[in-house]
Amino acid sequence: MAIDSKIPEGKLQDKWEEYKEHAKLVNPANKRKIEIIVVGTGLAGASAAATLAEQGYKVKAFCFQDSPRRAHSIAAQGGINAAKNYKNDGDSVYRLFYDTIKGGDFRAREANVYRLASVSANIIDQATAQGVPFAREYGGLLDNRSFGGTQVSRTFYARGQTGQQLLLGAYQSLERQIGLGNVEMFNRHEMVDVVVIDGKARGIIARNLITGKIERYFGHAVILASGGYGNVFYLSTNAMGSNVTAAWKAHKKGAFFGNPCYTQIHPTCIPVSGDYQSKLTLMSESLRNDGRVWVPKTKEDAKAIREGKKRAEDIKEEDRDYYLERKYPSFGNLCPRDIASRAAKEACDDGRGIVPSGFGVFLDFGDAIKRLGVETVKARYGELFPMYQNITNEDPLKTPMKIYPAVHYTMGGLWVDYELMTTVKGLYALGEANFSDHGANRLGASALMQGLADGYFVLPYTINNYLSDEIFTKAIPLDHPAFEEAAKGAEERMKKFLSINGKQSVEDFHRKLGKIMWEYCGMARNAEGLTKARKLIGELREEFWKDVKVPGELNDFNPELDKAGRVADFIELGELMVIDALNRNESCGGHFREEYQDQGEAKRDDANYLYVAAWEFTGVGADPTLHKEDLKYENIKLQVRSYK
Amino acid sequence: MKLNLKVWRQKNANTAGKLVDYSVDNLNPDMSFLEMVDVLNDQLVKKGEEPVGFDHDCREGICGMCSMYIDGRAHGPQHAATTCQLYLRSFKDGDTVHVEPWRSKAFPIVKDLVTDRSAFDRIIAAGGFVSVNTGQAQDANNLPVDKHDAEKAMDAAACIGCGACVAACPNGAAMLFVSAKISQLALLPQGQPERDLRALRMVEQMDEEGFGNCSNIGACEAECPKEIKLTNIARMNRDFLAASLVSETE
Repeated sequence: MAIDSKIPEGKLQDKWEEYKEHAKLVNPANKRKIEIIVVGTGLAGASAAATLAEQGYKVKAFCFQDSPRRAHSIAAQGGINAAKNYKNDGDSVYRLFYDTIKGGDFRAREANVYRLASVSANIIDQATAQGVPFAREYGGLLDNRSFGGTQVSRTFYARGQTGQQLLLGAYQSLERQIGLGNVEMFNRHEMVDVVVIDGKARGIIARNLITGKIERYFGHAVILASGGYGNVFYLSTNAMGSNVTAAWKAHKKGAFFGNPCYTQIHPTCIPVSGDYQSKLTLMSESLRNDGRVWVPKTKEDAKAIREGKKRAEDIKEEDRDYYLERKYPSFGNLCPRDIASRAAKEACDDGRGIVPSGFGVFLDFGDAIKRLGVETVKARYGELFPMYQNITNEDPLKTPMKIYPAVHYTMGGLWVDYELMTTVKGLYALGEANFSDHGANRLGASALMQGLADGYFVLPYTINNYLSDEIFTKAIPLDHPAFEEAAKGAEERMKKFLSINGKQSVEDFHRKLGKIMWEYCGMARNAEGLTKARKLIGELREEFWKDVKVPGELNDFNPELDKAGRVADFIELGELMVIDALNRNESCGGHFREEYQDQGEAKRDDANYLYVAAWEFTGVGADPTLHKEDLKYENIKLQVRSYK
Repeated sequence: MKLNLKVWRQKNANTAGKLVDYSVDNLNPDMSFLEMVDVLNDQLVKKGEEPVGFDHDCREGICGMCSMYIDGRAHGPQHAATTCQLYLRSFKDGDTVHVEPWRSKAFPIVKDLVTDRSAFDRIIAAGGFVSVNTGQAQDANNLPVDKHDAEKAMDAAACIGCGACVAACPNGAAMLFVSAKISQLALLPQGQPERDLRALRMVEQMDEEGFGNCSNIGACEAECPKEIKLTNIARMNRDFLAASLVSETE
């Protein structure tokens, strides 16, 4: 099967406008007859569900949480990018496009990213109209701040709660449509399979997490906005429930998985403190606007700090290594995430880490406090300082924060074409669940932008192009053999989990998987380690199906059973990530292969790897089939990414 | 350290529940309260018993899903923090700790510590929004907002919808939650066209869901993890009253 990205012809600047002008439409009377399923209610899912309902479609929305407002988009702190150029600092759609492509280390599609940049301004308008309380200047106009990988101020924010406020804006629009009867909402439902009939997505199988019942739902199209898969690493900044199951089931039903090895390790998280830890907490990248990252110049000083014999304040200015400012003078502390993370790892591997485990560096607000005063710094970062203090029991206004990189976001995801459709007709993927816009590394404040762009402004146009041919399709009865088979398969799998009755908990397996992934497929990877990891994951999968212990019953509220399904899928995905990382014999963005570097900087191989790796599922444990989508750079000249 | 727990166990909404004793040992004061429950649950699972059901997700204090009533207080002893942001250093070795679900008529128990808070969603669906369809917005800077008002709106918008206010209130009132949304939108120019209708509809839905009324006790404000202020309730009452006086339709 050949893959077609369906990128429109024409000049980069005109592609999206021309697409919209020629895409097919569905008239209002027909929209009322068409049902659309949306899985996930984060920024992408909630905005898509609300917008499609506003247009007149009948929408069914699903989330596993107890309310659509809880989706993990809510935890995004720092901000959302938009090419408004309100600061008059030289920003433009082209610059946002260029920064995003370069930030992604030239591994994203030009046409998609340009479209993203061009609708970015509409998102700010829409959110403001909804009553999202963005930060403002005294004149009453919107304020901006800077984020990594850019030299302009284009990030809009609502204190340290930008994701929360944008999500609540989308959630309220969704609730409005629920109230009007245009959306039927299914809280505490987890999609456990997609139903494909004659090559087209026609519905889903979902488990009601309260009653445990396996339920069937029909849709003329299915939209997956189910987020990323960072929890494959066990420890990440994702919510506890974030999982890959919806995307993975789609993959097993024929949707190709794009660039699974591209994961983002975020440089500013609170370091791991013990084995009991269940998740890692992010400290917003916006802190790097004012915080300076450093470690001691000497290993001796670092050791003294680790052992509690010295404190940060005891290290004199000249004995500190502000390594980001030293290595990347033009971007300094605001260099992109992958680069900042690798630099932290390098400093710690060099024996200069400053927390007892050795894996931590300082993020220091001392200079900012001297320059701006305590009150300004406090006001700028809202909740972040108290949150840090609460978790670590240290006051960052008095002593530097301690931070270390942690898994945060996955650039990879379901492969989609320009219309956001996967390789299964009528099955779409939005937001973090797709692979499309961030290449090999995502810039800060771009996830919110992409999720909302997909949901508000892209999919509501592109889906009509498909649905216009579906207006004569009647609702398919839920006892259709494809529904029967999928529902039966889901039920049997869950019964299997319950019947194994082994000795290890699901959590034990998740932890083991996380360790393998972090060690061999984390911040630095090499062929030997990846080969070993594939073997280890295969063994873990076999062990899981022999020795997992899942208590409780099928037809009951049973979180352990939910988790078993998710972890079983993570194990299969982990293997694919390792295969992808092994295939990509180059370093780019978040994918750093130790064999391919130039003194610690990622060394791309454009001659051989200027493509999207789209993997086709062929069976559990079997070698997947690689399909290549060549990336064509017609407007931007490929170059070595430099922030120096 | 070691904690002795008395945890509310209830199979489902239709059966009676009771406090069950557990003790968890080898704890670290730097663990979060929920990580301690993880440890307990892992022990229960390995014994073949059903783990304690509890709601949680982001574990960063922002999603609003976690909801435990700990030693008689919503989200436990720490001020302005959700359950997930509560750390064991707030307890002493050997303490006995009571853990219960939110208790309110409008939040029926699903299982153990899990409750059904969908009433909050229905209140938002009744009017907690600005009616603007995608694509209808003007340029964001065409509508300047006084910075002071924007800040106050943001204070109110910080509500995470966890329901601690309801759990803490002897009347089971949801007025802090409802008023936070009404206030946020009442303080912004975008919220003005629907201001009256919003207050009427949200309050009506709130009553329909079985929440109680405010009698100025202030437990909600004291226990709110996001420090939402009682003054929001005053603003809501004012808006509701004003809207009731001028309303011809409701």
